[in-house]
Amino acid sequence: QPQAIASDSCCAGGGDGENEDLKQMLESSKDSAKLDAMKRIVGMIAKGKNASELFPAVVKNVASKNIEIKKLVYVYLMRYAEEQQDLALLSISTFQRALKDPNQLIRASALRVLSSIRVPIIVPIMMLAIKEASSDLSPYVRKNAAHAIQKLYSLDPEQKEMLIEVIEKLLKDRSTLVAGSVVMAFEEVCPDRIDLIHKNYRKLCNLLVDVEEWGQVVIIHMLTRYARTQFVSPWKTVKEYNENNFYESDGEQKEKDRNVKKTYTMDPDHRLLLRNTKPLLQSRNAAVVMAVAQLYWHLAPKSEAGIVSKSLVRLLRSNREVQYIVLQNIATMSIQRKGMFEPYLKSFYVRSTDPTMIKTLKLEILTNLANEANISTLLREFQTYVKSQDKQFAAATIQAIGRCATNITEVTDTCLNGLVCLLSNRDETVVAESVVVIKKLLQTQPAHHGEIIKHMAKLLDNITVPVARASILWLIGEYCERVPKIAPDVLRKTAKSFTNEDDLVKLQILNLGAKLYLTNSKQTKLLTQYVLNLGKYDQSYDIRDRTRFIRQLIVPNEKSGALSKYAKKIFLAQKPAPLLESPFKDRDHFQLGTLSHTLNSRATGYLELSDWPDVAPDPAVRNVEVAESVSWKLKIFKFATYSLFIFNERNGSTVGHFHFTCRLN
Amino acid sequence: MIHSLFLINASGDIFLEKHWKSAVSRSVCDYFFEAQERASEAENVPPVIPTPHHCLLSVYRHKIFFVAVIQSEVPPLFVIEFLHRVVDTFQDYFGVCSEVMIKDNVVVVYEVLEEMLDNGFPLATESNILKELIKPPTILRTVVNTITGSTNVGDQLPTGQLSVVPWRRTGVKYTNNEAYFDVIEEIDAIIDKSGSTITAEIQGVIDACVKLTGMPDLTLSFMNPRLLDDVSFHPCVRFKRWESERILSFIPPDGNFRLLSYHVSAQNLVAIPVYVKHNISFRDSSSLGRFEITVGPKQTMGKTIEGVMVTSQMPKGVLNMSLTPSQGTHIFDPVTKLLSWDVGKINPQKLPSLKGSMNLQAGTSKPDENPTINLQFKIQQLAISGLKVNRLDMYGEKYKPFKGIKYMTKAGKFQVRT
Repeated sequence: QPQAIASDSCCAGGGDGENEDLKQMLESSKDSAKLDAMKRIVGMIAKGKNASELFPAVVKNVASKNIEIKKLVYVYLMRYAEEQQDLALLSISTFQRALKDPNQLIRASALRVLSSIRVPIIVPIMMLAIKEASSDLSPYVRKNAAHAIQKLYSLDPEQKEMLIEVIEKLLKDRSTLVAGSVVMAFEEVCPDRIDLIHKNYRKLCNLLVDVEEWGQVVIIHMLTRYARTQFVSPWKTVKEYNENNFYESDGEQKEKDRNVKKTYTMDPDHRLLLRNTKPLLQSRNAAVVMAVAQLYWHLAPKSEAGIVSKSLVRLLRSNREVQYIVLQNIATMSIQRKGMFEPYLKSFYVRSTDPTMIKTLKLEILTNLANEANISTLLREFQTYVKSQDKQFAAATIQAIGRCATNITEVTDTCLNGLVCLLSNRDETVVAESVVVIKKLLQTQPAHHGEIIKHMAKLLDNITVPVARASILWLIGEYCERVPKIAPDVLRKTAKSFTNEDDLVKLQILNLGAKLYLTNSKQTKLLTQYVLNLGKYDQSYDIRDRTRFIRQLIVPNEKSGALSKYAKKIFLAQKPAPLLESPFKDRDHFQLGTLSHTLNSRATGYLELSDWPDVAPDPAVRNVEVAESVSWKLKIFKFATYSLFIFNERNGSTVGHFHFTCRLN
Repeated sequence: MIHSLFLINASGDIFLEKHWKSAVSRSVCDYFFEAQERASEAENVPPVIPTPHHCLLSVYRHKIFFVAVIQSEVPPLFVIEFLHRVVDTFQDYFGVCSEVMIKDNVVVVYEVLEEMLDNGFPLATESNILKELIKPPTILRTVVNTITGSTNVGDQLPTGQLSVVPWRRTGVKYTNNEAYFDVIEEIDAIIDKSGSTITAEIQGVIDACVKLTGMPDLTLSFMNPRLLDDVSFHPCVRFKRWESERILSFIPPDGNFRLLSYHVSAQNLVAIPVYVKHNISFRDSSSLGRFEITVGPKQTMGKTIEGVMVTSQMPKGVLNMSLTPSQGTHIFDPVTKLLSWDVGKINPQKLPSLKGSMNLQAGTSKPDENPTINLQFKIQQLAISGLKVNRLDMYGEKYKPFKGIKYMTKAGKFQVRT
């Protein structure tokens, strides 16, 4: 782990003079002067100026009676203690005293600072403090203990075993305040200890609605992972997840599927999770909604996953950053299960005011959703986009049209004609993109497109974008037998302009020459040799290399061996058509909603979702034993009385009573 | 989770940094600056930027980039949502969220950020709780503090943290007890060339301002709750009650908050309150183009349309425009090519129009596309979906509060293609 230390020390806090001044203020007997000094120091830290040399003067004030001074000293310590370990030790005893304070806020903040100052010598003290805090009466202090676990773990991973004990204890905690934080600690310290979750699974499911939003996200992600190890797949057609059965014969496979169909009933615990997370789709927090959506995607029967679409579409009204992430996830989902988002097609229509990255993502989704029924509406919509002033987006639209054309055979010709019309567009990027897409389309169906190729040959004089020129030349070369009159003429023209062309185009001129030489050597022999000579003395290595290679291959001489006999087969072999597919294909091997999914590469700390087990592990592990639950009831009793008091104060008795009796039964 | 936060202004200066774990050098922001350079506009900067050792997640609001540094896997929306919450909190504390405001209140900002995250994990994000821990600066309080020596920092754990209603502080007292609810609906629409609707949706919110003593328990019911197709709630709303009775039952936070956001399903026909007649034409041979638009009311349920504002991004080839409005004022910025026309109220007897000609760059061909027209407007006293609040009741407290409900319809993303 790279640990960068304080940034620009060169422009440290405006010279010694000022710092002297601050030191004096800190030594002062007046709190107001001290406070003033601390405020200025915090200002320096905020600006990224180095204030570390004030450490000795600041640390003295750690025991200040004034709570604001104290707080600012804490801020300072957390920033610099790591660099000034010895001096930081001076503050430890103050924290140790504060840990015993009757005020829970003071206990909690003492623990927070103590665990945040990253001084390895005090690891044993931290460990002790965490252990004690984990059985504190205040849930707020216990929450802070859960946070401290991760801090200690990153400071000294050797404490892992002891910390796991604390995690185990805190996982049993019934306070909603603690739940999110301890699960977070679990995910960081021991995500593989699934066994610690068993006994707490049902409790976590039931608490979930009342946990604060951020905790909900963490718990939902953890439970998704848990469920994938404990329950069997609810999906009837599980082709994509059947890879492990690859070697079994088909017959066996079918039999197995039938068995699964007959016997599948969802584990009640699996159902509990789905049921208890569903209301959270109504959360105002986009991260919670997304977390539930991914849970349904990865865990729910396919017929139920559809309920998340509406909520995800709702998030599209949010800020651009939220839109960006949500659209990415929808893009992945819409490839596999079109049906989920088809009813919301129009929600993905592009507005001219959308930022380009949002536009292209929406376009991606529209393309994924295209089918026979909606394609004509979509193509009409695409026509507007092609004219967009945002040329990058217009180019992306042309790609999209190309994809629709290959996926839906009914409209291939319509699309192709539309693209040919675009060839007379004024904008060069649009024309270039169309040429590239037409080239790909023609390759997928080379049958009868002589006319289009002729048309493109004519355009060659006006198009200057290298990729487009190269594509046209390649097309003419590849199908030169279909345009026998035009091809040699194109070679003649390009031979003239050879020296001024881009490298990409030069290579294709050479290719064209070679292919013509092989099919129509009578007319083109001299021209090709002329081009080869130009290539021989070109400035670029690549071109000289290619020229040499082509010449050896196509022009037979005594040295050229067996290979030149096959020259025609090599050059004019049937080439496989390029696949036009979505960049979001297969992205769902990353858990949706994760950073890894967004980046499409594994982020550090990414936890893999396992495949469904073939046979579910014993569900009894989640049962909470009877004897234990009796003793729990006693504890709950205490807890419930306490919460009844709060209920009373806030809303009369109805809801409070409801909760109360419910827990007791 | 969240390692560090950098605040970057429009000119690319880092004006605040905060670290929740070991300090990360601000040189990590160089990757951000690179991405910023590549993107032509601020809103095109990707929200997620991977770097060799970290990942930068950012949000852009009030002309400030809030850049969070992440070191390992975390749901990106978690970070983005949190950053937005930070901005909301600043706005709540200081009234506006701007570079100047943040610099002026740097100590409070720092204290607030310290409370919001612990070790990069959110600790307190409810504004009611934060305000008890760190009191927002007011002139009065600053004066009092200097005299009495008291501080802005609370020394007791906010009661909300432990209660089942963490969003509400206890001991709230008002002499005038009032609760106001604003039902605000926005119409998102794309209208095509011929005036027919391509897509139209209504998104609504109910924003509340509640100043009630004690622990009031409110219920709000609608005449026609079926209109609400998809809803999201403030955590205070009891979901079960909504599921079973379609009633909003809640103990409100103190102050301003968003109670509910909703979506009126696309299946329902959306009334489009305005129409735009346009005639924008470029000719191939001439360097003059014609421009003419008229705005008029359509389905307004008898209400006046006000605050009308027309903006349009003209094609690059347009050098200048000479236009005459029948009312309001208009500006054309020849650099950004943005035309905006502040129309004001629409008088149905005398429809506002903007007519004139455009000067095109000589020698260039006519633009492919006619510009899109973006429309803003407001209609007071009307919820376009027809949503109506039936009644608002209060339980749990004895006094009689003053209650008010206001309706308003606005244009959301309202575009007319020409």
